[in-house]
Amino acid sequence: MAKVTFREDRCKGCGLCIEVCPKKILRFAEERLNEKGFNPAEITDQDACISCAFCATICPDCVITVEK
Amino acid sequence: MTVVFERPHALSDVSMHYCPGCTHGIIHRLVAEVIDEMDIEGTTIAVVPVGCSVMAYNYFECDVQEAAHGRAPAVATGIKRVHPDNMVFTYQGDGDLAAIGTAETVHAATRSENITIIFVNNAIYGMTGGQMAPTSLVGQITQTTPYGRKIETQGYPINVSEMLASLQGSTYIERVSVDSVKNIKTAKAAIKKGFTVQQNKQGFSLIEVLSTCPTNWGMDPSESLNWLRENMMKQYPLGVYKDIIDQRGAQHE
Amino acid sequence: MSEKVLMKGNEALAEAAIRANCRFFFGYPITPQTELAAYMAKKMPQVGGLFLQAESEIAAINMVYGASGAGARVMTSSSSPGISLKSEGISYIAASDLPCVIVNIVRGGPGLGGIQPAQSDYFQATKGGGHGDYHLIVLAPASVQEIVSLMTEAFNIADRYRVPVMIMGDGMLGQMMEPVTFDEIPPIPDDLPEKSWATTGTHMKRKKNIINSLYLTPEDLENLVLERDKKYQLITQKETRSESYMIDDADFVFVAYGTTARIVKSAISTLRKEGHKVGLIRPITLYPFPSDIIRETSKKVKGMMSVEMSMGQMVDDVRLAAAGNCPVDFYGRTGGMVPSPDEIIAKYKEIAGGER
Repeated sequence: MAKVTFREDRCKGCGLCIEVCPKKILRFAEERLNEKGFNPAEITDQDACISCAFCATICPDCVITVEK
Repeated sequence: MTVVFERPHALSDVSMHYCPGCTHGIIHRLVAEVIDEMDIEGTTIAVVPVGCSVMAYNYFECDVQEAAHGRAPAVATGIKRVHPDNMVFTYQGDGDLAAIGTAETVHAATRSENITIIFVNNAIYGMTGGQMAPTSLVGQITQTTPYGRKIETQGYPINVSEMLASLQGSTYIERVSVDSVKNIKTAKAAIKKGFTVQQNKQGFSLIEVLSTCPTNWGMDPSESLNWLRENMMKQYPLGVYKDIIDQRGAQHE
Repeated sequence: MSEKVLMKGNEALAEAAIRANCRFFFGYPITPQTELAAYMAKKMPQVGGLFLQAESEIAAINMVYGASGAGARVMTSSSSPGISLKSEGISYIAASDLPCVIVNIVRGGPGLGGIQPAQSDYFQATKGGGHGDYHLIVLAPASVQEIVSLMTEAFNIADRYRVPVMIMGDGMLGQMMEPVTFDEIPPIPDDLPEKSWATTGTHMKRKKNIINSLYLTPEDLENLVLERDKKYQLITQKETRSESYMIDDADFVFVAYGTTARIVKSAISTLRKEGHKVGLIRPITLYPFPSDIIRETSKKVKGMMSVEMSMGQMVDDVRLAAAGNCPVDFYGRTGGMVPSPDEIIAKYKEIAGGER
C-alpha cells in the first residue's frame, strides 16, 4: 500500500527529501532519468514509511503526496 | 487511507522554473497552504516582483498583478485601497524590497497599509546572475563583489525586520527560515499570522524568510541550507521583531 | 442657464475628475500643480473617494497601476520632473493595457528647471518618456472650461480603449482662474466595455486574471505590440481633435496648443485688423496628432509657423505633416518665459515680409 507517491516528472533531483527522511528510505533512482534529465527521488521501502511527510514538507516542487 | 500531504489548491499544478533545491518553491507552497486553510483564494490578489519569482503569476491560482521592480507595496496599496475587503499580499526578493523598493517598503509599513509582505531574503540577486544584494553578508563573494563584500566600499548588510519593527505603523514583523522541516512549520505559522492580521484589518505585516540560492552561492542544495544556518542566521536572527497585534483594533475600514 | 463658478485650472481638473466618477487619486506635491492634490485631499473624502499622498511620484504612479488593474477610475497629477519619475510606471501601464488619467502641468526644464509655464515636455509626452513601443494619448486644453470637457473625455477614452491618457497643461493654465460650468458634462457613456479583466478576486467563479507586461518569447511580445498598435490606429481614426480658427481664407497659418494658442489668437486679431490673412490650427490631441488637417492646409498656404513655449518640439510634427508642401517656421520662448502677441507678430512679419 503506497503511502508516498512521487510525481517523477516534477523532480529536480535536489536531494533535500532524501536528507530529511528520518527513516532513511529515500534515494535517487540511479537507473532512470526523468524528462528534465534528473535522477528522480524514490522510496525504497513503503512499509517502513511513517507518513511523517518531512520529505513533502521540504520538497520545493510538490513532487510528493503522502497518505496514511 | 487519508491524505496527509498534497499540493494545495491555491498553488497551480505546473512545473515551476526555479533551480533544484531553491527555497522559493517551499515558500510559494506555504503561502498557498495558508490561502487554502483560510479559504481566501477567491478574495486574494497577489502582487509579484521582478526577480527570480517574476513569473509567480503562473504559480498562484488567485488574481495576480506583476509590479515594476521594487514597487509591489505601492501596487498593493492601490489594489487594497480599491478593494479593502480583499486579501492582498506581495512576494518580494531582497533587491526588490530592500534596494530599489526601500521607500515603498518603508512607507507601506509607515501607513500601516493593511497588506502582508512575504520577503524572501537569500542575500544575493538570483535572477540577474548572482550580484550583491543589500542583504549580502560582509565578506560574501558575489559577481559584483568578487573579492568579498568590503565594509569600506559596500557598507553593511541591512536588517529589514529590525528596521521595519522600529516604525510605528508596522503591526507584526517576524523573521523565519525554511532550512529545516521544523523551521518550515514555524514559517508557515508566521505567514498565517500575517494573513490573519490583514483579515482582522489590524495593519501591516511582513514575514522575512531566510532562503537559499544554491546556484549563485555555488553550492548544492544541501550545502546551501548549511550555509544559511551557519552564516545568515548570525546576521539575521530568527524571531518575532514586532507584535502589537493586541494593541491594534480594526483600524482600517 | 448653467451655473458658473470662478475656478483655478488646477482645481477644475480635480473637480472635473470627480464629476467623471474618479474616486481614487494618488499624488505628490510639486509646483505648479499642488492645488490639484490639495483640492482632491479635501473633496475626495466628501464623495466617498480616496486621496492618498504617496511617498514619491514613482510610488504614486505604481499605486495608480494597482488601482487601475483592480478596476477603478484613478488618476495622478504632477509636473515635468515628477512626470520623468513616472515614466517607468507609465510604460508599465500602457504595456498592461490599463486605463488611467495622468495630468502634467508643465514647468520650465530641463532638470529642476523653473516653476513658470512651459511646453517643453511635448517630446516626452508624445514620443516616449517611458521605454518601448507604446503611445500615451495626450490632450491639451486651452481654457479652464476646456479642462472640464477634456477631463471627462480622458476617462472615457481611457476606459474605452484601455489606455493611459495624459492631460497636458502648463503652469499658466493650472494657475489661471476663469468662470467655468460643470452643468454641461455628458453622462458616462453606457457602452464602455466591462472591466472583466480586472483583479477583483476570482470568488472561485472564474479563472484568475493576470495583469502583466512580461513576455519573454519575442513572437508573443511582437504580436501583443502589433495588437496594441491596432488600438492606436483606431484611436487616431476616431479621437483626433483640433480647432481650426480662421483658416478658410488664410494664406499663413500658425500652429499652437494650450495657452500659447490663446496668445496666438491675440496676435491674429491684431494682424487681421492690419489686413493679414492669418489663421490658427490648434491641436487638442497632441497624440494622435492632427496631421490630416495640417497636411491639407499646408497645400493651400504660403507658410506655417509653430509657436511653442519650448525650443521647438511640436514643430517637428508640423513639418512631418506638411511634408514639404510649404515652409514651416518656428517661434518660441523657453525656460518659463511666455511669448507675447507682439513678439509673435514681429516674427510673422519677418517671415512673411513686412507690411501689407
